[in-house]
Amino acid sequence: MAMKQSLRKRVGVTVLAWVVAFLIFFPILWTFLTSFKSELDAIAMPPKFLFFHWTLENYAEVQERSNYLHFAFNSVVLSIGANVVGLIIAVPAAWSMAFAPGKRTKDLLMWMLSTKMMPAVGVLVPIYLLFRDLHLLDTLTGIGLVLMLLNLPILIWMLYTYFKEIPVDILEAARMDGASLLNEILYVLTPMSVPGIASTMLLAIILSWNEAFWTLNLATSDAAPLTAFIASYSAPEGFFWAKLSAASTLAIAPILILGWFSQKQLVRGLTFGAVK
Amino acid sequence: MGSIQLKSVTKAFGAVNVITGVDLKIENGEFAVFVGPSGCGKSTLLRLIAGLEDVTTGQVLIDGKDATEVGPSKRGLAMVFQSYALYPHMSVRGNIAFALKMAGESADVIEQKVRKAAATLNLTDYLDRKPRQLSGGQRQRVAIGRAIVREPKAFLFDEPLSNLDAALRVQMRVEIGELHNALKTTMVYVTHDQVEAMTMADKIVVLDKGSVAQIGTPLDLYNRPNGLFVAGFIGSPTMNLIKGAPAARRGAATIGIRPEHADVSTTAGEWPATVRLAEHLGSDTFVHADADGIGALTIRLEGEAPLTPDQKIYVTPREEHLHRFDKEGRRIN
Repeated sequence: MAMKQSLRKRVGVTVLAWVVAFLIFFPILWTFLTSFKSELDAIAMPPKFLFFHWTLENYAEVQERSNYLHFAFNSVVLSIGANVVGLIIAVPAAWSMAFAPGKRTKDLLMWMLSTKMMPAVGVLVPIYLLFRDLHLLDTLTGIGLVLMLLNLPILIWMLYTYFKEIPVDILEAARMDGASLLNEILYVLTPMSVPGIASTMLLAIILSWNEAFWTLNLATSDAAPLTAFIASYSAPEGFFWAKLSAASTLAIAPILILGWFSQKQLVRGLTFGAVK
Repeated sequence: MGSIQLKSVTKAFGAVNVITGVDLKIENGEFAVFVGPSGCGKSTLLRLIAGLEDVTTGQVLIDGKDATEVGPSKRGLAMVFQSYALYPHMSVRGNIAFALKMAGESADVIEQKVRKAAATLNLTDYLDRKPRQLSGGQRQRVAIGRAIVREPKAFLFDEPLSNLDAALRVQMRVEIGELHNALKTTMVYVTHDQVEAMTMADKIVVLDKGSVAQIGTPLDLYNRPNGLFVAGFIGSPTMNLIKGAPAARRGAATIGIRPEHADVSTTAGEWPATVRLAEHLGSDTFVHADADGIGALTIRLEGEAPLTPDQKIYVTPREEHLHRFDKEGRRIN
């Protein structure tokens, strides 16, 4: 009797989980399907789910009208570039917080995290003016700098929690073995924290890829990533749903695929600090 | 050469004084053991020698040269940690070779030295394994191998056998002793186990609450403890310490007699007592008894003694092995 009940319970929970997952995934699925419809089918009432005339005209027009590859290239360069530089800064910072903490270290960490709570729009004007005067508007360097600084608190915080998991005596053994500080970080700390660094970078790249506020405000064409690409399809005269769907699908496809293949790392990264 | 000297060393962590003033010298080639109860500062003292902690005041001299301000990587010492602290992402070969790599040795020299160390420690078959694929004893050997290969001025061991099971501990104790005989390098060994201290040391440093209680050879400490603390710490089972009339009669505030230096009779003797428990080990019998007006006593008898709980016995200490202490707990000679 007990076996059957738990089986029923397990089936119930599984079905529920699939339903919830489907509901969460539905907007993305709908966008994907709509991208293959004609504009008329896209706004049809009642909505057509699977049985419509599938067409690739939207994708063709999107690629013709605007250069998808240019935006995609910018997204890739910005997301990866900004976070690699961020990592180079974050590793020593997290090292010092984890292994040589002072009285104010905890306060410093809290303060860094608190900067993420500030509404970005509050500093939009000063930063825009700074960028204008420094000729950084619509440059990859400028946008990359902003993206890096946005993610730095997260990079440092996550690396800090990973480094705290590393037994200090392994680093001390490296010191006794004659390793300088740089060697200690390069040969011992970094290889040992590769899973932690990988999941941190994954999360950071995804956040940068999706960052819309600063990219839309500081970039127009040269340095514009895919976020600007999608925004350009929101026309004041109304939405071209099918084309917008095609543009959106093209914009999120790379990161969706990356996320799919690295989901184990991502989950581990996000929950690691919680379990001890 | 590997002599180590500590001059008036103190160490405080914030407001907590962990080491309150230590002066000691370890000669080249000596096997010195720091022993004491938990929290006495022995591991801290080792870390001060290693350079992993900075002294608050005082000096650390290695080979007569002041090494107080020198970093751990430059002191020429090798340490074996309690947790072994092996590099988990490197093979056994990589672990042993790391220090040589840091020193900039050529690949050929590294390979040769690694092979030699591995052969000495029976690790040749395991060179390509990762630490997680090794047993506790093998990991211990890799930790030692990592230290040997550097040909240091002195080895520092921080309770290296604590994580091993009893049988392995005995075996490794012998191996470390043999290693010392073969290499003749100075070794500083920290343990809370006084059996390890007694069996391995040329010189024992007994520490109590951050300062040195006594320094001497194992038999010095066994035969002539300079105070109640050392008397009660060295020797297992612990020395019987007796106050009151039996002590006063011998001109002391406290007298001490080791369990193996008392005789038990069922007919006559100095102190009448009742057996509480007799532990039969086959090779020895430990008798725990309550002596009238004196308190609990432990006596070690050789072989099998057929004593049972509640039996009446008489305990007589052997006078030539009696220790006398004054009211401050210091030895009266």
